[in-house]
Amino acid sequence: MEHDDKLPTSSSHTVSLLVENKPGVLHRIAGLFSRRGYNIASLTVGPTERPEYSRMTIVVRLSSKTVEQVVRQVQKLVPVVEVRELSPVDLVERELLLVKIRTPEKNHAELRALAETYEAKIVDVSPDALVIEASGNAGKLDALEDRLAQYGIQELCRSGRIALERGFKTLAPPNLK
Amino acid sequence: MAKEKTTGAKAVVKALEAEGVEWVFGVPGGAILPIYDALFDSRTVKHVLVRHEQTGAHAAEGFAHATGKVGVCFGTSGPGATNLVTGIADAYMDSVPMVAITGNVSSSLIGSDAFQEADITGITMPITKHNWLVTDVKDLPRILKEAFYIARTGRPGPVLVDIPKDIQNAEFEFEYPDSVNIPGYHPPVREEPRLKDAAALIRASSRPVIYLGGGVRTSGAYDEVAQFVELVGAPVVTTVHGKGALPESHPQCLGMFGMHGAKFTNYTVQDADLIIALGARFDDRVTGKLSTFAPEAKIVHLDVDPAEISKLVTATVPLVGDLKLLLPQLTEQTRKAFAASGRADIAPWWIKVSAWREKHPLHHAPQGDQFIEPQHVIERIWEKTQGKALVTTGVGKHQMFAAQYWKTIWPRQFITSGGLGTMGFCLPAAIGVQLGKPDALVIGIDGDGSFQMTLQDLATAVDLKLNIKIFILNNLFLGMVHQWQDLFYEKRLSETPLSDLPDLVKLAEAYSCLGLRARKPSELEDVLDRALAHKGGPVIVDIRTRPDAHVYPMVPAGAPLNDMIDGE
Ligand SMILES: Cc1ncc(C[n+]2csc(CCOP(=O)(O)OP(=O)(O)O)c2C)c(N)n1
Ligand SMILES: [Mg+2]
Repeated sequence: MEHDDKLPTSSSHTVSLLVENKPGVLHRIAGLFSRRGYNIASLTVGPTERPEYSRMTIVVRLSSKTVEQVVRQVQKLVPVVEVRELSPVDLVERELLLVKIRTPEKNHAELRALAETYEAKIVDVSPDALVIEASGNAGKLDALEDRLAQYGIQELCRSGRIALERGFKTLAPPNLK
Repeated sequence: MAKEKTTGAKAVVKALEAEGVEWVFGVPGGAILPIYDALFDSRTVKHVLVRHEQTGAHAAEGFAHATGKVGVCFGTSGPGATNLVTGIADAYMDSVPMVAITGNVSSSLIGSDAFQEADITGITMPITKHNWLVTDVKDLPRILKEAFYIARTGRPGPVLVDIPKDIQNAEFEFEYPDSVNIPGYHPPVREEPRLKDAAALIRASSRPVIYLGGGVRTSGAYDEVAQFVELVGAPVVTTVHGKGALPESHPQCLGMFGMHGAKFTNYTVQDADLIIALGARFDDRVTGKLSTFAPEAKIVHLDVDPAEISKLVTATVPLVGDLKLLLPQLTEQTRKAFAASGRADIAPWWIKVSAWREKHPLHHAPQGDQFIEPQHVIERIWEKTQGKALVTTGVGKHQMFAAQYWKTIWPRQFITSGGLGTMGFCLPAAIGVQLGKPDALVIGIDGDGSFQMTLQDLATAVDLKLNIKIFILNNLFLGMVHQWQDLFYEKRLSETPLSDLPDLVKLAEAYSCLGLRARKPSELEDVLDRALAHKGGPVIVDIRTRPDAHVYPMVPAGAPLNDMIDGE
């Protein structure tokens, strides 16, 4: 018989959920994660193409086996219509980053150039500060953050991940298609 | 059903009627008054006024356990609702179908810390299959329909519907739906069940074991299990909720395994090369230390709840589905596999198992003339009733003695709090069981500690003139904790001795029912006979048992399953 390793090798997994858009759903899902000891790296929730459903994207750092267990437990929640782990090679993922840099005006040009390399935008300018907006996958935003660090990051916030599978596949189960 | 103008409260009662509910257990209060007022007019739904909502929830569980139907309980807002929590949690752990209905303060007051307001949907979220706070009376019929449906289908469990008072009073056009449509429920099973793979494992196994859990009871797959067991010919072991899934007198049945399983039963499980788990969940009370559990066994795991598959023990072949539908298919596949390519010889396995059975049976201290041995009491009650009684228990040593020595004949005969281990379960459950099975002999095997947690509902049993017989194995201890202190805490008996209170015979009399006592072995037979013969209401029997009679064998928590302490 095989056994669960006590210290599984964990990696980042993207779990996508289609849930009924009703009060308390976020509470049910967050509660399930916390009581079963599944740590959430990030969670986003927002509307979908159908007003009665919301889409949640949850990033967890767990072993693949535990993620399977997460999916099965989440599927049991009544307002969860569908849940699946998205294959990392087969998905389009985005996060959004906003960074405020406190820096004298003389550096602005340099920052503008840097932002351009990362397809980022300067969305607010004042004499001694800039706000930069960037979107992309986690790796790209991490790299941008690193580059900006030397200018002095005053404030930073990053959204959780949102993701869709490539191709024509959708998350909705057959009875909803 | 035709539409008719009615109130939310009346709609609740109409829904209960439509669901065929016979008994509801509860206590009224301000926030649920409209529903109680509506109940006053019902001709089919009868209400049992319990003295504590926890009892109401356990009685609903007892009723559901005994009948397989949904148990229903009521509570008012705030403390009424929170008193239900233990019973709801118990039902959740043991997959008991239950609908709990609570009143709440009016919608406009919710969130304002109003008098007797509690966020009971928030509180019960982790211990219900689902719950609802009703915000629009028009949703009420659909929600109630869904509530009953979810409680009883799939892996059954408790649900809670919280109804603010203004919603109970609101008027609307009532129509009870015929069917439910819940997009997120009943997820389609994705994989085809790998029946051929399972059958191949069974065919090749020379040391198979069949492991039956509470899922057999919830699916009602007794005949299907019996046919499978006969075909495979393997030793059968059960959990405490699997007791009765196959009569324990069946020659292949080795009884309960786990922390207090017989040695020969645990040895058999540990040495298996294949474990076929049917409606069971590899709880830590049965596996012992997980990493040493049945080291050579492959696992075929059949369960209706996909989340149980490979949760603790990785299934070699998972089979997700209802036992009643899937097991006959597995039997058929196995029959084909046997016919096509023969099977491994399991005769040597049986020789080994039988030798263990002979050498390491369950045993206890012989009944002397000084102390009454608790195990002996169970054996005597069994013999006197020929095992033809429905049994409920409290939680502790008496519960495990009952599990070991009450040889269960029928399904749904042995009713206990397994998953949550709730002291106080015995008497309330016995009330629900007797109402569900009015003609059955209902016996409680209780502990002195457990009994005192819900004894106030003796009044309810007397009100209803229930002939339940509660045998209290009175060791003047919180005995199971005492046992752990004796074994693992250097006999430091911190807070486990119980004073000899109350006088249980006088207590029974105070409740206008029969109280009996046996202090010495010489008094036992007569007291048991009188209790069993008594008609006209409950009997409380105070049986003084040897305080240091502990439950053996015992697998210490965290030890391997075959590493058992054998005390006597
Ligand atoms: C509500 C609750 N509180 C505490 C416990 C912990 N506990 C488990 S067994 C036990 C002692 C039970 O005593 P008694 O009912 O007299 O049974 P005995 O073990 O003596 O047969 C206790 C306190 C529990 N299971 N349930
Ligand atoms: Mg005791």
